[in-house]
Amino acid sequence: MILGTLSKITGPVVVADGMIGIKMYDVVRVGSAGLMGEVIRLEGTHATIQVYEDTSGLKVGEPVESTDGPLMLELGPGLLSSIYDGIQRPLPIIASQTGSDFIARGTSVAALDHEKLWEFTPVIEVGQDLVGGDVIGTVPESPTVLHKVMVPPRLSGRVTSVVAPGSYNVDMVVAVLDDTKEIRMSQWWPVRQGRPYARKLDPTTPFLTGMRILDTFFPIALGGNAIIPGGFGTGKTVTQQSLAKWADVDIIVYVGCGERGNEMTEVLKEFPELEDPRTGSKLMDRTVLVANTSNMPVAAREASIYTGVTLAEFYRDMGYNVAMMADSTSRWGEALREVSGRLEEMPGEEGYPAYLATRLAAFYERSGRCASLGSEERVGSVTMVGAVSPPGGDMSEPMTQNSLRVTGAFWALDTSLAHRRHFPAISWTKSYTLFLGQVRPWFEEEVANDWAEVRERAMFLLQKETELQEIVQLVGPDALPETEKIILEVARMLREDFLQQFAFDAVDAYCPPKKAYWLLRTILAFFDAATQAMSRGVSLRQILQLPMRDEIATMKTTDHERAIARMQEMVAQISDEIAGIEVL
Amino acid sequence: MTPEATLGRSLLSVEYQTVSYVTGPLVFVQNVHDVAYNEMVSIVMPDGGERSGQVLEVSGDTAVIQVFEGTQGIDIDVTRVRFLEEVAKVDVSPDLLGRVLAGTGKPIDGGAPIIPEKRLDITGSPINPYCREQPADFIETGISAIDGLNTLVRGQKLPIFSGSGLPANELAAQIIRQASVKSGEEFAIVFGAMGITHREAAYFMQQFESTGALERVVFFMNLADDPTVERLLTPKVALTVAEYLAFEKDMQVLVVLSDMTNYCEALREVSTAREEVPGRRGYPGYMYTDLSTIYERAGRIKGRKGSVTQLPILTMPDDDITHPIPDLTGYITEGQIVLSRHLHRRGVFPPIDVLPCLSRLMNLGIGEGKTREDHRAVANQLYASYAQGRDLRRLVAIVGEEALSDTDRRYLHFADDFEKHIIGQGDIGRTIEETLTVAWELMSGLPMGELKRVRDFIDQYHPTAGENATAKA
Repeated sequence: MILGTLSKITGPVVVADGMIGIKMYDVVRVGSAGLMGEVIRLEGTHATIQVYEDTSGLKVGEPVESTDGPLMLELGPGLLSSIYDGIQRPLPIIASQTGSDFIARGTSVAALDHEKLWEFTPVIEVGQDLVGGDVIGTVPESPTVLHKVMVPPRLSGRVTSVVAPGSYNVDMVVAVLDDTKEIRMSQWWPVRQGRPYARKLDPTTPFLTGMRILDTFFPIALGGNAIIPGGFGTGKTVTQQSLAKWADVDIIVYVGCGERGNEMTEVLKEFPELEDPRTGSKLMDRTVLVANTSNMPVAAREASIYTGVTLAEFYRDMGYNVAMMADSTSRWGEALREVSGRLEEMPGEEGYPAYLATRLAAFYERSGRCASLGSEERVGSVTMVGAVSPPGGDMSEPMTQNSLRVTGAFWALDTSLAHRRHFPAISWTKSYTLFLGQVRPWFEEEVANDWAEVRERAMFLLQKETELQEIVQLVGPDALPETEKIILEVARMLREDFLQQFAFDAVDAYCPPKKAYWLLRTILAFFDAATQAMSRGVSLRQILQLPMRDEIATMKTTDHERAIARMQEMVAQISDEIAGIEVL
Repeated sequence: MTPEATLGRSLLSVEYQTVSYVTGPLVFVQNVHDVAYNEMVSIVMPDGGERSGQVLEVSGDTAVIQVFEGTQGIDIDVTRVRFLEEVAKVDVSPDLLGRVLAGTGKPIDGGAPIIPEKRLDITGSPINPYCREQPADFIETGISAIDGLNTLVRGQKLPIFSGSGLPANELAAQIIRQASVKSGEEFAIVFGAMGITHREAAYFMQQFESTGALERVVFFMNLADDPTVERLLTPKVALTVAEYLAFEKDMQVLVVLSDMTNYCEALREVSTAREEVPGRRGYPGYMYTDLSTIYERAGRIKGRKGSVTQLPILTMPDDDITHPIPDLTGYITEGQIVLSRHLHRRGVFPPIDVLPCLSRLMNLGIGEGKTREDHRAVANQLYASYAQGRDLRRLVAIVGEEALSDTDRRYLHFADDFEKHIIGQGDIGRTIEETLTVAWELMSGLPMGELKRVRDFIDQYHPTAGENATAKA
């Protein structure tokens, strides 16, 4: 136990003297109130500490006590459906323990419920040799998730005792290796260190989100990563929440990093009510929330995304596909900048510290599809989606640019689309994905073998529309030939009937990739038939009067199975119907 | 009342005569002991006058103090500094309603001293996100562009982005005058004026007096010629009082903060004086965090009746919405109301440019049982049609109106009428039903086939749909 004294206090950063033997990133208790902090610089016997709580009222000379270890998370059954602050303190317990609706300082609460009994079923026998990562038993953590109790990564040995199936709490020893190494259902892991795995695998399965523009135009793979940058009001949070609701994964870790309190309330209210479309149980049963709202202490905000990713890795090690949403990584970058400023470090671009790029790269590299440790291999993945809030919507700023260098997809939100209430306001001209080659075989196998071709043609039409719009801006729409006007019309159908998706509509909120494919096929069939008819001399006006166009528009809000069946018929009908138009 | 009495003078507090360095609003004091971060201090001037300040940094035996009333007249030799052994606090009591106070919370209207029921820390603590209640009650402001298109709900923070010379104050005054909720409870208004001019302050006072609202207003006044640094306290003091009235006295509180730009300027002034590394445009890197500790103090709490709704006003320098002040604000608040110089020049009042406006909590406060079932659809249709009309204006400037199709021409007229009738309602209030009626009248000017987003409601609300049906029959 190292005991020092406070010598300097400036906002969330304090300096303590006499901290001989303290290590970088060790957690300390600051002052008589016992505020939690972390050592971020050492200089002789002085330690600079970032404090996770408000430092008002601290005095020079107050004690600083080390806890002999870095910031660690308690990992075990009971994480799912919890809501934590940035340093894994459960918010409901803080409220009930302090009896206040406001967050008091110096509160110390356990992350997991240590009283609760879990149904533990061992899967090992005495005499078996185990290595780190091996599963010793299972616990039904929620109606849909089977929690696998694993040997902590750096432990191995021969099983000398194991408990019978039954109810145990997280503190009870459930197995012993080599007579001395006790294994409990919970384990500790430092947040700033990635959990080890056997090896990384190539991501090949798409991360399906139910959003047409993402699944069809800019898909990423399970184990991939993407950023969503956009100015305020473009719908970053709605997109992130949509992903959290409908993404086709086993576990969701949602990190509200420096964002609005009312938004977390929305998640807290909705998720326990909404049903997971794949399992029928509640969405909350597969979700862990980390909420560090903007007015909560800045240092804890910096830690919150590491807390999130460590939780995600823990479930990845059990062999689950996990998605982590970080809303917003810019607030994390700003926390880094604020602390760096208080340390009087030499600033890099726009006041951000020079190590911003390194930290971002290290963070995003914790995503991936991995084979786990252990004698029996499990494959799990961590997919990361980070929102970025560029100041003034200017994407040339350091957070966006540095994130782009290390992530595989760019889902750019566009202010002008948001202004005309085109949602999701994801720009189809600026966005890109690097995972297309990896996930294309899956789509060709599971959806349709001409999937890539259909996608390509639709994107081409939208691209063409952008060019034509520039001409229209200059000379007016009448100057265009009919063959180009039909492109404008079809592109408009693509935008309104395919790209626009209403997150609050019961049916349209989630679109399976097959339906998305058929929507595109139908619109393209219309385009082909129309172009052919026009070459016969049929006028654009005649084609636009077809009732079929209105029916296509209703497809996205029609029940998925029915819509797919109907569109398959329509593709055949469209050409007949348009071929039947007489030339006037 | 003397400053030392309101600041709670302790007999044991120590005085130091060790000022070593004075710069801008900052004073450095040496050889201090037992000084707490953020502690309040009282400074005794050479002429015997007193000023208040706050500890910004303690390092060894040196304390850096920010002086709220300015450093003019402070010397190194005689000036004494007394540490008050408490963080900044404000006296609260229900009697504050109807009073005018300085930016630090001292009454300045010549009335009786406030008998405090409590003394509260002005920094407050963040509301536990788990304990928040989702905002859900529609606030009728009587302004169509807000009620109809960017609905305000109880517990929301919705700023007004203004520009110099635009009538943001008039709009705020109109909202204060008209705002009501369906249940009929009245709002208590907490008004935090930061660096506004005497003329503006007088305008608000006169508005409150003439409408009889003054008795439910707490007016914190830091005027343009008051010390800059005092502005840093004003919003925090105002919000502490607002939280007290809302969460302990069960009131519905509307907090108006004007002008947040002046607050941010004060923040920059102090940051520069401390020689901190500047962020964008010289504003400190922690401005986002600082602003969030103000704006996030809005909302509702489970199991309590009251609510805090915020309506901050800020001036966009050079009408630039990407300037750090509106930009950071927009990232924290739940939407924004943007005023347009273009509409103002054309005599439209209130000159609200609805396209960049947004209310993130709108869906929680509208629909059947709250406003009307067609509200969302009407708002979407108005937005889409107005955006299209605005696009066409640009086109007309190049190719002339003759080149447009008939439908496009009707869109063009729709945009003009929209600005004239929906937005430009003038100084009178409208109920939400009236707003929706005007909207339907306007939409009837567009071809029926274009009204895709309100399709389900045409039979019920379209002014001429019924006639068509009869004609067909």
